[in-house]
Amino acid sequence: MKEKTWRPWLLLSPSLTAVFLLLVVPVCFVIVYSFWLRAPSGQDIPAFQLGNYAKFFADFFYPSILLNTLRVAFETVILCLLMGYIPAFFFYKTESWLKPYLMLLVMLPFWISFIIRTLSWINILGDSGLINHLLLKAGLITSPLALLYNEGAVIMGLLQYLLPFMILNIYVSLDGIDKSLAEAAKSLGCTEWQAFREVTLPLSLPGVSAGCLLVFVLTCGTYLPPMILGGPGNEMIANLIFKRVIGTLDWPFGSAISVILMLLLAIIVYTYNRYMGINQIFKSLSNG
Amino acid sequence: MKKMISGWSLIKLFTLLVYIWMFTPIIAVVILAFNPQQFGSFPMEGFSFQWFVKLSHNSTILEAFKNSLVLGSLTAVFSTAIGVPAAMAFIRYEFRGKEFFNTLLIAPIMVPEVVLGVALLLFIRWLQQPKSFAMLLIGHVVLTLPYVLLIVQARLVGIKREYEEAALSLGASPLQTFREITFPLLAPAIFAGMLFSFTISFDDVTATLFWATAQNQTVPVKIFGMLRNSISPEINALGAVMILLTVSTPLLAGYLSRRFTRGIDK
Repeated sequence: MKEKTWRPWLLLSPSLTAVFLLLVVPVCFVIVYSFWLRAPSGQDIPAFQLGNYAKFFADFFYPSILLNTLRVAFETVILCLLMGYIPAFFFYKTESWLKPYLMLLVMLPFWISFIIRTLSWINILGDSGLINHLLLKAGLITSPLALLYNEGAVIMGLLQYLLPFMILNIYVSLDGIDKSLAEAAKSLGCTEWQAFREVTLPLSLPGVSAGCLLVFVLTCGTYLPPMILGGPGNEMIANLIFKRVIGTLDWPFGSAISVILMLLLAIIVYTYNRYMGINQIFKSLSNG
Repeated sequence: MKKMISGWSLIKLFTLLVYIWMFTPIIAVVILAFNPQQFGSFPMEGFSFQWFVKLSHNSTILEAFKNSLVLGSLTAVFSTAIGVPAAMAFIRYEFRGKEFFNTLLIAPIMVPEVVLGVALLLFIRWLQQPKSFAMLLIGHVVLTLPYVLLIVQARLVGIKREYEEAALSLGASPLQTFREITFPLLAPAIFAGMLFSFTISFDDVTATLFWATAQNQTVPVKIFGMLRNSISPEINALGAVMILLTVSTPLLAGYLSRRFTRGIDK
């Protein structure tokens, strides 16, 4: 078989060319551009200077958006985990004939456009949305509550987008656990809760951490929920990039912010990979 | 024993609440699409198809639908055309740097989409090319390629090599073996990969907003533009159509393929 070593490369070449030309090279361009200068006339001048980075860290404005992003991402991860673990555990334990259909329902949002899922919260949280309508009708409030255009609304949108990823990651991990392990623990005198805490929970941690990482990374890279559901103070780092590139056409500065975002995520993914191994995420995604 | 049962019912209740939370907004979009009022929200008075009728007369939206369908279909074809051979290489051959190249090809999932959007746009600008449909297409191929790879690889692992080796030892060429043995066994995964890429492309907005122009707007980009002046029943109606389309496609396809394979088994 030695003489056929060219064959896998032939099979790989279209994909590798595509990813190299359309991902690796463009990302390198972003890095190079982040050192360029922007002339007052709006032209980009090739240079090697750190002015764009200095501008980012010059005062508290941009770093505070970065911190805001990290905080929102962290809150989203925690809420996703709380809301996702129990349904995943339910799928693992249930023997109902409904299980395949319920799992299909969890996957359903994957097929619905992100923008529709995001804007759908306006119908729920808006001044004349479902919640305010019900509360007004019940006489509990006299004027609509301001539920929209704040951090809570942004997180609702993010959760709506990311919860299926979390549930599937945890479920894939739980599904690989032999149920007789927890049974054995119980027959040795553990209570149901102890068996869960000592056996099932630790064994499901790879899925939990893979889900958390995925949710964190995806939150940091999105600008739609803050744009549609957030107020002026809820901008995240991706909104900043969008505004600089599409709005003011400031390519060098937009590139520098992109590099900062990539560096941040790279550090997080690298740390994760050191301890957990990145393959867990791909395992869950291919199941989804 | 009694305590355990109540614990289990709490789990069931919580799961039910999560489902309600997840689907209420989506159902609200569909219901409000039938709201006859101009500023359609709750309470709803009456029932009407007027917004759907209005949509069907809106030529820019029909144009956007056409763009989305063409783009999604082409993305599905191209991304499986290059993804399936790559998956074959990773699962069926041993070579140097396999792990590295596999991670590289799946990397687009881990790169924030906003950065993908900026990067490709910047590159095209440097090449002094205008934004075009072709650029949108190659961008979507890169976005969807990792998913095709993951789905096809997962299936390929489950197909025994022995089948292929038997064909080869009986004198079939590698290409014949792929056509006659591997491809039919792999077809469901290829189909699933195509469906997945179609939907991702059809639904994508984060990167597409960077790449689309006024001439080749997709439906989500169009919705984004309409949102500037707040939510309207027209947006809800468009959303309802999108939901119906992207949800029913995989369900129908799954149903058909199951019936189809059952027919073959007999």
